Amino acid sequence: MTLPAKKKSFDLYAMTWRLPIIVWQLIFFVGPLLFMLAMSFFVVKNYRMVEAFEFTNWERMLGRGYFWDSYLLTLGLASLSTIVAMVIAFPAAYALAFKVSDNVRRWAIFLLIIPFFTSYLVRTFAWYVILAESGVINAFLGYLGLGPYTMLNTKFGTLVGYMTLTLPLVVILQTFALSNIDTRLVEAAQNLGCKPFAAVWRVVIPLAKTGLIIAALFCFILSFGDFVAPYYLGGSKPPTLPILIIDTTKSGQQWPRAAVVAVVMMVTLFAVAYAALTAAYRKRGRT
Amino acid sequence: MTLERGLTWFLRAWVGVVFVFVFTPIIFSLIFSFNSQRFPTIPLGEFSTQWYETILADRDVWQAAWTSIIVAVSTSILATFLGFCTAYSDYRYNFRFKGAYLALILLPPTIPLIIMALAMLAWFSRIGASGQVWSIIAAHTVLTAPFAMAIIRLRLSQMDDNLEAAAWNLGASEWATMRHVVLPFCKPAIVSAACLCAAVSFDEFAIAWFVSGLNKTVPVVILEIVTGNIDPQVNAIGTFVFLTSMTLVVAAQLLFIARAARGMKQGAET
Repeated sequence: MTLPAKKKSFDLYAMTWRLPIIVWQLIFFVGPLLFMLAMSFFVVKNYRMVEAFEFTNWERMLGRGYFWDSYLLTLGLASLSTIVAMVIAFPAAYALAFKVSDNVRRWAIFLLIIPFFTSYLVRTFAWYVILAESGVINAFLGYLGLGPYTMLNTKFGTLVGYMTLTLPLVVILQTFALSNIDTRLVEAAQNLGCKPFAAVWRVVIPLAKTGLIIAALFCFILSFGDFVAPYYLGGSKPPTLPILIIDTTKSGQQWPRAAVVAVVMMVTLFAVAYAALTAAYRKRGRT
Repeated sequence: MTLERGLTWFLRAWVGVVFVFVFTPIIFSLIFSFNSQRFPTIPLGEFSTQWYETILADRDVWQAAWTSIIVAVSTSILATFLGFCTAYSDYRYNFRFKGAYLALILLPPTIPLIIMALAMLAWFSRIGASGQVWSIIAAHTVLTAPFAMAIIRLRLSQMDDNLEAAAWNLGASEWATMRHVVLPFCKPAIVSAACLCAAVSFDEFAIAWFVSGLNKTVPVVILEIVTGNIDPQVNAIGTFVFLTSMTLVVAAQLLFIARAARGMKQGAET
């Protein structure tokens, strides 16, 4: 592109477009996050927060068993949610990418976008009523002479909530990842005698690796940070880290300790994201 | 071949199962909203509009709806403006630290909302702005600007690089070119981005819950009702929220996203 060839020390036109977001994000994005990091070193005296630099909150939180219970629970639930979502979504995404017409695929993706614009809270509440001891599913099973089964306040309930949040996104991202691969390579593999399942495992999945890992990463981040599913459908005993943040902030007035939890969550997510993106963009070795 | 055909049918059925799971809560919440039972189950109770009557008579709900509209409209204007500025800077200029610059706008949606909520709560109370409506707006703008940026950037990438240069050669200043060439070209994307930002803001509850104080938005009211007890009026509110958001999304879709997809396809074919 040809640009006007004047070199100015300060280009008003360029800066008019470049600066607003920098100023805004520094005040309302970087500022809050840095302040939260600083706040994790503050102390609370007589129910009031005092700016300080002490490690009390870190020692208090990290030195307690229940924090690590919560941590491992949240990590485990988010991992489980990611595995379940990826496994459930894959056959659907495979079908949408390879087994339907363009028109059907477009409609399917449009339909999968709808959930993002219905309140996640209202959908969770609907599941609460559906899964309850005397809810729709158990009433239906009752006709068949089964149940009632306890589904609320279990890990199963939490997972249903996580899937409500993440499954549409994971299907969409997987469908994009699979649609982008060169189907001639799959055909070539089959012509050379590769069985269908082996072709999926050894050709399709490696080719779509980057997109699939990114789908999994999004699923993990969303599940890891969600408090609605584990609270309303999972019974929150023991609490996950997001619930711990809410409890510590809302009832305990212990903002600095909540900040410790949040910082630990951020560090964990950075580590997971770094590992995932490294794996996603690593070139495969020639074998 | 029969194995393959069986497999194809299995895969299609699997898509059906996924769709049933995704739409079960949406459809049931609609059904429950017209159902007389306080705790809905099957067999269903009678048809009733009582939950709609309850919420329409509720002053708190009206107040929250008003707050939500103010927040959503202000957010969408601010976020679309910031998104446009960033998209244009990215399209037109190369400069140092551009990666960091883009990260600055694109990162917020990848950070869990509950963490953003705590950070915002602490920050706003530190700068003496806790419980204000504009605090929610500021936070929602950070959250939604990336979406606006993405949509407008997509539109800019469809613009002929020589279009701006042609206008300059004909003697237009950069500002005039922006006003008479770039902005008209981006208009559908700008409107579409504004709709999408409004829809996202209208649905967001974690940050709004932490930051709002007494100025509750609709999702915060839903959250409080759900936390209290079983109350089907949540479903009735949900229907209204759904209708509002879907109107915005369909508007965005009609205005731009469908057109952009078609444009990209044509571009790929030629």
